[in-house]
Amino acid sequence: MKAFIDWMDERFPLTKVWEEHLSKYYAPKNFNFWYYFGSLALLILVNQIVTGIFLTMHYKPDAALAFASVEYIMRDVPWGWLMRYLHAIGASMFFVVVYLHMFRGLIYGSYRGPRELVWIIGCIIFVALMAEAFMGYLLPWGNMSFWGAQVIISLFGAIPVIGEGLTEWIRGDFVISDATLNRFFAFHVIMMPLILVFLVFLHIVALHQVGSNNPDGIEIKKNKDENGIPLDGIPFHPYYTVKDIVGVIVFLMIFLGIVFFAPTFFGLFLEKDNFTPANALQTPPHIVPLWYFTPFYSILRAVVWDFLPGGAKLWGVIAMGLSIVVIFLLPWLDRSPVKSIRYKGWIYKTALVLFIIAFFILAYLGFKAPADTDLFWFDNTRWAQICMFIYFGFFLLMPIYSKMDPTKPVPDRVTFSKGGH
Amino acid sequence: MRKLLISIVMFLVPVLAFPAGGGDEHLESVFINLRDKASLQRGAKLFSNYCLSCHSAAYSRYNRVGKDLGISDENIKEHLMFAGEKVGDLMTTTMPVEDAQRWFGVAPPDLSLIARSRTPDWLYTYMKSFYIDDSSPSGWNNTVFENVAMPNVLYGLQGNQLAVYETNGDNKVFAGFEMEENTGTMTEVEFDQAVTDLVNFLVYLGEPAVLKRYKIGVFVLLFLVVLLIPCYLMKKEYWRDVH
Amino acid sequence: MSDMNENGVDVKRRRFITMTSSAVGAVGVAAAAVPFVVSMSPSERAKAAGAPVEVDISKLEPGQMVRVEWRGKPVFILNRTKEMEQGLNKVTPELKDPDSVDPQQPGYAQNEFRSLKPDLLVMVGLCTHLGCAPVDNFEVGAASGLGDDWQGGFFCPCHGSKFDLAGRVYSGVPAQQNMVIPPYSYIDDNHILIGVNPEGVA
Repeated sequence: MKAFIDWMDERFPLTKVWEEHLSKYYAPKNFNFWYYFGSLALLILVNQIVTGIFLTMHYKPDAALAFASVEYIMRDVPWGWLMRYLHAIGASMFFVVVYLHMFRGLIYGSYRGPRELVWIIGCIIFVALMAEAFMGYLLPWGNMSFWGAQVIISLFGAIPVIGEGLTEWIRGDFVISDATLNRFFAFHVIMMPLILVFLVFLHIVALHQVGSNNPDGIEIKKNKDENGIPLDGIPFHPYYTVKDIVGVIVFLMIFLGIVFFAPTFFGLFLEKDNFTPANALQTPPHIVPLWYFTPFYSILRAVVWDFLPGGAKLWGVIAMGLSIVVIFLLPWLDRSPVKSIRYKGWIYKTALVLFIIAFFILAYLGFKAPADTDLFWFDNTRWAQICMFIYFGFFLLMPIYSKMDPTKPVPDRVTFSKGGH
Repeated sequence: MRKLLISIVMFLVPVLAFPAGGGDEHLESVFINLRDKASLQRGAKLFSNYCLSCHSAAYSRYNRVGKDLGISDENIKEHLMFAGEKVGDLMTTTMPVEDAQRWFGVAPPDLSLIARSRTPDWLYTYMKSFYIDDSSPSGWNNTVFENVAMPNVLYGLQGNQLAVYETNGDNKVFAGFEMEENTGTMTEVEFDQAVTDLVNFLVYLGEPAVLKRYKIGVFVLLFLVVLLIPCYLMKKEYWRDVH
Repeated sequence: MSDMNENGVDVKRRRFITMTSSAVGAVGVAAAAVPFVVSMSPSERAKAAGAPVEVDISKLEPGQMVRVEWRGKPVFILNRTKEMEQGLNKVTPELKDPDSVDPQQPGYAQNEFRSLKPDLLVMVGLCTHLGCAPVDNFEVGAASGLGDDWQGGFFCPCHGSKFDLAGRVYSGVPAQQNMVIPPYSYIDDNHILIGVNPEGVA
């Protein structure tokens, strides 16, 4: 074995990579609950790729056959139902995990220097993931797939001058059709996965260059022992591998619990209207995007001010785009002297709480008809507008309030107490 | 921070609970029991007698239904299938789509997934809500699905149901159903049971693997519990090093 | 890492727990792989397409042949005339395996006619050389274009293999084996079922 590894090491940096990224990658020892979601996201990526490959063996990217081929998978292919559920519910779980992973970065200041690039790459992954999920959602060719894609692609029509031509180019037809399905299939099964895997690779390389942040927001590299090893660091392997395994098992209990006992998740992960084949003549009564898009969809619909130059539709699209762009800018918006929420003051905490509430309300409103009144006092559009301003305010006012925020002093060493679990 | 998060979640849970629900009011609820083979078999028989001549269940195969419901191939052939079909065939309908469109105005939808797209409660209430309406082309109308093209195929069992209206000022308001005496072969209780059986079968048809899914799910979760024990001990053991 | 014991670590316990976790984990991974592997075996659709095929032979006149599809393969069903049956004996010396020793047929069809009943031949219509579908040529003698001794049979256009009216291969042609007789049985005098052995035959 030793001889084989030596042979390999002369030709390939096997031991070097192993040590750099696992056995001698020093991670802060005070990782908490929130730090499971990075490795869990990687797990789901693998799940999506493996189940995706097996689904591709039976799925037919043809408007006349697609819907039936999914049911063929659900009924005729041995274990096909399991592959399909693992993939479809995996997509939703991917977003659950990624949102929590991003939230971790948000509260502990993981986006701040020197980790700006890790954050930026992460944001690109988020956007790529949304594209991947959106295109994948068309493939079952259910009625919600069809009309969802119709609505989202029509957004591009809001762009002045080129809009109309652009939507036709994206669809490859004047309506969502076989051509659209076929190209979405190509993007979904090969282009986006390649991009995603490559981005995830970059994300990890960039992270390991600067080292992981931690719940205290302290740079562990500032305190090293005589061997140059961070005093608050422990090797990722075995300590975080064994810890993440526990996290993985608990996550699998939840994930597989849903797969086996509630795969539609009350109509949230697999929607009722998508059990009807695509029908170009009949729109479902309530077109809603899948849950992970609803906050952004609400922002899109919140802009109804037609006096804006170019019309409300265009500005809705711009607002939605900006709501994602501002996330990228976070490293430069936060001017607080501290990174972690643990040492931030009441101003930041208040802003964060408002932001979380606004985000959830936007998510909720994405399911509802704009003109209805599902909350109190105002109709849904007005609520969405209020929440949209809170959403943008949280980011764009951050340079101001993060400076005013009364922060607490940050200790030199991380907080770590044995048995604190 | 943790308390803060918990309180946010507590605040949001009622807001976010079942956002996709709502909409369908006044539906009667039906008790679905996929382990009740006798009910499923009765439902399958009703399905083949009353539904399958117009509606297909084209993602489903006869022999799979037989296997899952405990009906032998011979019985399947005799009671469920049309002449000339093979037991491994998909449950297609004999009615050509063009004829259907001419007769009903629309092609009757495939029923393989109807319980998943409509919900069992909707189907149950729908099947019980036909009433005689001379102004409609089929002679029937439905309170759940206004002006539906489908006639009441079960009227022979149910009887002739009439809609009763109350005049409320100038408006005619639907007040309930009334049955013409001795027009159906079943009592109300029997008919409710028959519709329950049919809906039960349709739920089965929507996802034939569902019982298998539950069974395997139990094993999978039990296994994960078993796996969690040594893995948790392993984590504890290694983390003794960390001070 | 070598001085683990000095750090108060019970190496034995640690190894035991790690091995136990790995073993249980490996069982899980292996079990998880099963659905993926099994999903590649024939689906219900494939099985339905490969299901036994029932053929009505009541309208098949002597000397007539029909082709039916069974498991995606052509199956020839030939109602041999009395002359055809008699012709089988005449070609015996020219055949490679006249007694059907090679198990290219179920046991119940290992006879002179390679069939359950002398008149009806049920045979997979694929050449045993490289899988082309042979064409039938029931002319006798020179008129067939296959020589004066030809008693009727099958000729493979791909590489010129020749078979008699029981699907037995001639000597000196590329194909080395008799054509395949599928399992089949009689439901009644007028119906056969391809793909199912007669009752009582395993």
